[in-house]
Amino acid sequence: MATKSPNVNLVNLSKADYRGAPTTLCQGCGHNSITSQLITACYELSLTPEDIVKFSGIGCSSKAPTYFLDRAFGFNGLHGRMPSLATGTMFADTTLTGIGMSGDGDSASIGMGQFKHVMRRNLPLVYIIANNGVYGLTKGQFSATAEEGLALKGQGQNQYMPIDIVWEAVISNATFVARSFAGDPKQVRELLKAALNHRGIAVLDIISPCVTFNNQDDSHHSYAWGREHEVALHDLSYVPVAEEIMVDYEDGEAKEVTMHDGSRIMLRKVDNDYDPTDRSSILCMLEDANRRQELLTGLIYIDTNQESLFDLYNLPDEPLNRLTPDRIRPSRESLDEINALMF
Amino acid sequence: MSTDPSQTSNRTFVQPVVNEFSITVGTENGSGSQTSNVTLLRAFFKMGIPISGKNLFPSNIQGLPTWYTIRVNKDGYIARSETTEIVIAMNPKTFARDLALVEPGGVFFYADDVKQPINRDDITVYPMPVKKLSKESDAPSNLRSYVANFVYVGVLAQMLDIDADKIYQALDFHFKGKQKPIDLNFNIVKSAMVWAAENLEKTDPYRVVPMDATSGHIMTSGNTAGALGSIYGGVQFTGWYPITPATGVAEAISQYSPKLRKDPETGKHTFAVVQAEDELAAVGMAIGAGWGGLRSMTSTSGPGISLMTEYVSLAYFAEIPVVIWNVQRMGPSTGLPTRTSQGDINLSYFLGQGDTKHVVLLPGSANECFRFGWEAFDLAEQFQTPVLVLSDLDLGMNQWMTPPFEYPDKPIDRGKVLWEDDLDKLEDWGRYLDIDGDSIPYRTVPGNRHPKSGYFTRGTGHDDYANYSEEPDQWEKNMDRLNRKFELARAAIPDAEITSVEGAKVGLIAFGSTDPAIREAQDHMRADGFEVDYLRLRALPVNDTVREFIRTHERVYVIEMNRDGQLHQILTVEVPDCAMSLISIPHNDGLPMTAAWIENAILNKERN
Repeated sequence: MATKSPNVNLVNLSKADYRGAPTTLCQGCGHNSITSQLITACYELSLTPEDIVKFSGIGCSSKAPTYFLDRAFGFNGLHGRMPSLATGTMFADTTLTGIGMSGDGDSASIGMGQFKHVMRRNLPLVYIIANNGVYGLTKGQFSATAEEGLALKGQGQNQYMPIDIVWEAVISNATFVARSFAGDPKQVRELLKAALNHRGIAVLDIISPCVTFNNQDDSHHSYAWGREHEVALHDLSYVPVAEEIMVDYEDGEAKEVTMHDGSRIMLRKVDNDYDPTDRSSILCMLEDANRRQELLTGLIYIDTNQESLFDLYNLPDEPLNRLTPDRIRPSRESLDEINALMF
Repeated sequence: MSTDPSQTSNRTFVQPVVNEFSITVGTENGSGSQTSNVTLLRAFFKMGIPISGKNLFPSNIQGLPTWYTIRVNKDGYIARSETTEIVIAMNPKTFARDLALVEPGGVFFYADDVKQPINRDDITVYPMPVKKLSKESDAPSNLRSYVANFVYVGVLAQMLDIDADKIYQALDFHFKGKQKPIDLNFNIVKSAMVWAAENLEKTDPYRVVPMDATSGHIMTSGNTAGALGSIYGGVQFTGWYPITPATGVAEAISQYSPKLRKDPETGKHTFAVVQAEDELAAVGMAIGAGWGGLRSMTSTSGPGISLMTEYVSLAYFAEIPVVIWNVQRMGPSTGLPTRTSQGDINLSYFLGQGDTKHVVLLPGSANECFRFGWEAFDLAEQFQTPVLVLSDLDLGMNQWMTPPFEYPDKPIDRGKVLWEDDLDKLEDWGRYLDIDGDSIPYRTVPGNRHPKSGYFTRGTGHDDYANYSEEPDQWEKNMDRLNRKFELARAAIPDAEITSVEGAKVGLIAFGSTDPAIREAQDHMRADGFEVDYLRLRALPVNDTVREFIRTHERVYVIEMNRDGQLHQILTVEVPDCAMSLISIPHNDGLPMTAAWIENAILNKERN
């Protein structure tokens, strides 16, 4: 390995190479914190920006891809329809790493259909939902993840039951489901690293407070509430293939999940015996946490064995978008055979 | 194999009518009659006689009445005929109506288990022992109702002189050489032929005689043709959602691609097809793939087009190539989902919010569906924009005799795409920078690893380098460039096809599936001493050929299958100096247009 300066990573890039345009979101917005952890995660994993492609829908969250990875391709699509866009593009070059940035309005309302269908297809994509319970860009309406009874200025009281993104993801057969809190940057970063190495859909429901419209202390999407009620399932760290596990865990203290590329997620138990590969226990656990008004965070579910969307297709090793014209137009002779069949 | 089950023939012909009549078969939807009808159609075709077949079916899987019409025509007229000389009545529910359909002097075949009054003495009536023969056949009881439909194939074969060998060939094709179903059905055809020879005395004039008018033709549907054209155009991604009458396009892509698009060296597929959760996702995937540098398409019908509108607008504005097939059906929402129409031409041409307009290809035959299948990709990528292909239910779902598919006569044109080496050579590049001065910028696609290749695509305003911009000048400049690109497309899209005659002062303009009816009407009117020229529009926007045609005729009738004369509206706007000479003749009742209707409508206008 070439000697590297302390300010560059394994691919010889500095952290600045992972930045984007200056944010135009409100100061203190949880989304900025997510963006910043994403930049750090990509830098620390030594990913090449050109190997990444960004997608988003519409909303404050979906503006965020402008603020990271300037050198990567990005597509800010339609409201609720980021998943379909990403699905099509990722077929063009399956060696790319996809990052989809969405919000609770984008994914849990207008985009619920595409959200659930991209789960069942297991598209390799890091699907981040910056979840603040409120429509920010249109100035503070309730979103579908807002808790029942939430009172917002000018909106009255929310009468409806909320949608739980994690729950929806699990029952739609997502293969990597996590919940985190923008106020817990280390966990966000480690989860992002793991998600970036998951071969399949990786949903991160990140409670990301809206400082302008929904950050009152009793709101379930506020910093204060998050800090007060967060219960981390485990102390989580992502260990790349090349790295040794530096921390010594005592027997039975940590659970290890091996990713498809041989990298590992180390989950050090905090105060329970949770197994994130056991689907059947998830719903009970979430239900219990809800009843106790806990913001349960961490890696909630992972399945590293399920085939990804691209495993289901007999695609060439070379990216489809690099195939030369002669490889995509059948021969003249074959058309004679086709004509003979047309009767 | 004996294909002549009977030597007996007891025939007293009046003046024979040879190879010139229409057959209507009335059955129940879901009864399996489609196989019998297509078998008849193919047998005529194999006898060398020009034919067309049209399935006039309800929106239903089982139980509702359905009709199939076959026109046999020695002169090659394959439009729907308004009259039917031969009717086959299999459905008790429509018996009286079917009986009334028969032209005077025509023939009525009916299943003899239907006991209903037959009160016409101006036609020939033949009973058919459908139940009896299907019961006596070797068909298992669960298949009897299906094979029953082959009783009328056999009776008709005997009475019209259809070559039983050709029926066998048609069955062999339909069942892909599987001997059991071929024999099962052919046996009942033979027994029906024997029964008819022994029990029916032919007193009607209709018969067929082999010709040589179909050689050099194939039989296919527009949907299959469009799918194959797309495959030869190198389609790499298809995102779709089921909808009648467009489903056949994507299904045929799935059916034919694994063989045609398997890489000979690696055995890998050079394409992908995804059935989406709805049309919103189907077009989203297709546009994502188009942005990713794949030849990408979707296929749908009017209701699906409505759902795709927002993404198509974005693709137009963000300059993303994608091909969208709109196989039109009748009406909004459900409308008449199994009936044909040309009611989406305005919708397709202007699809989108903001200032949007699109290249729309208008195939007029199954053969042209193939051609436009591949050509659409070249145009979409050359101009970096959505291209719509406007077919319809009649063209898409029915079987047509059509010239064989021709191998693309142009190499694949991927348009202006830059890869790593290209970027190395370019000093200045911006996604929307008009480097060549032709309004078409260069694009890069994800997967390009050059550090300068990446850019951010958005629906918001942008400058030449794809940076966010709300500058008024910038916005307008970009929209003007998009407009110039569209103007440039006028000269690149398929030119109109003109059939002209000496000295005609009146012109006809039409497009799409009405072509056979227009040609027939043109011939009829000529025979009556009224000469008209005919321009078949093959694409929008209009070009100089179209303008010139309109300018050089005193009157131009614009014939189309919709209520409001949508093409007439477009032409009025695009050729405003001749607006007064354009006369709209729209008609849409869900059935394919006929020559008789066109002739009548034109002559009515001419008299006034």
